[in-house]
Amino acid sequence: MNIRLNGAQHAVADGATVSALVSGVTGRTLAADGQATDGRKLGVAVARNAEVVPRSQWHATALAEGDDVELVTAVQGG
Amino acid sequence: MEETTLGARQTLRDPLVVDGVELGSRLIMGTGGAPSLDGLGAALVASGTELTTVAMRRYSPAESGSLFQLLADHNIRVLPNTAGCFTARDAVLTAELAREALETDWVKLEVIADEHTLLPDALELVEATEQLVARGFKVFAYTNDDPVLALRLENLGATAVMPLGAPIGTGLGILNPHNIELIVSRASVPVVLDAGIGTASDAALAMELGCDAVLLATAVTRAQDPVLMGESFRHAVIAGRLARRAGRIPRREHALASSAMEGRAEFL
Repeated sequence: MNIRLNGAQHAVADGATVSALVSGVTGRTLAADGQATDGRKLGVAVARNAEVVPRSQWHATALAEGDDVELVTAVQGG
Repeated sequence: MEETTLGARQTLRDPLVVDGVELGSRLIMGTGGAPSLDGLGAALVASGTELTTVAMRRYSPAESGSLFQLLADHNIRVLPNTAGCFTARDAVLTAELAREALETDWVKLEVIADEHTLLPDALELVEATEQLVARGFKVFAYTNDDPVLALRLENLGATAVMPLGAPIGTGLGILNPHNIELIVSRASVPVVLDAGIGTASDAALAMELGCDAVLLATAVTRAQDPVLMGESFRHAVIAGRLARRAGRIPRREHALASSAMEGRAEFL
């Protein structure tokens, strides 16, 4: 199915979770609590349809066709 | 431990306390405008900062993680901002994302009115402060140099108020020192002079006016030698702070001799 990720079309498996999406895009393996299994901070956050999905719920949150997802991180600024 | 002079002790033991956290440096840095991460890291270290702002933007696999890692490597606490937000709604959502991503409830709240002036939009700022405080954020409110608005933000629960010296990136210094003094005199939360700083004397002046800290980015990151400029701001903030605590002499209309007239030799 297709979602929008950071403003662009993005294909994910049917019923994919937020956790699977974040893991796929960042290349990091995530535990059920949303933390990276390599022990280093992941440093990203997810909004789905303009609502923040807490890290602890990534694993349990399934994406739906047409979802609008923003995946953000810290960059230089301010 | 090495013996220190009274002067050295006073310089060293003067932490900024915000939200119960002690920061050894009263210089808060931004990270915008640096051409390279390596250069940025060196400038931050030279500045002595212990708190540094970052912006929240879309994740890009090519440049991920490195800034976050850089700050962690140097033991610099991160202060996410809501730069680029024009409405309270966007600012609150951005703050929520920052809290999730960076695991801090500190946020530098920026709600700007337009891209031309980058000046804070007072109405949206007040609205966003109210909402963020209710959601448990520690709000560092970037505000106009307006004593009335600054007090309003404090009363809404802002953790610190951050009046601008001049518009972001202009390097025009402190355009209304009187207002900054007035904000300081009425505030009971830390006042951080934010934006407009051009060079070291501007930062020293901010501290002499009674500000608790100074926040700047462009003045260092776009200086010809950012490391040298970072170092100069480290000293400027300390110098201004010490001068404030020392108590400056009053300004006078006429000269006042510093050498006694009594006991002069007389030449006949």
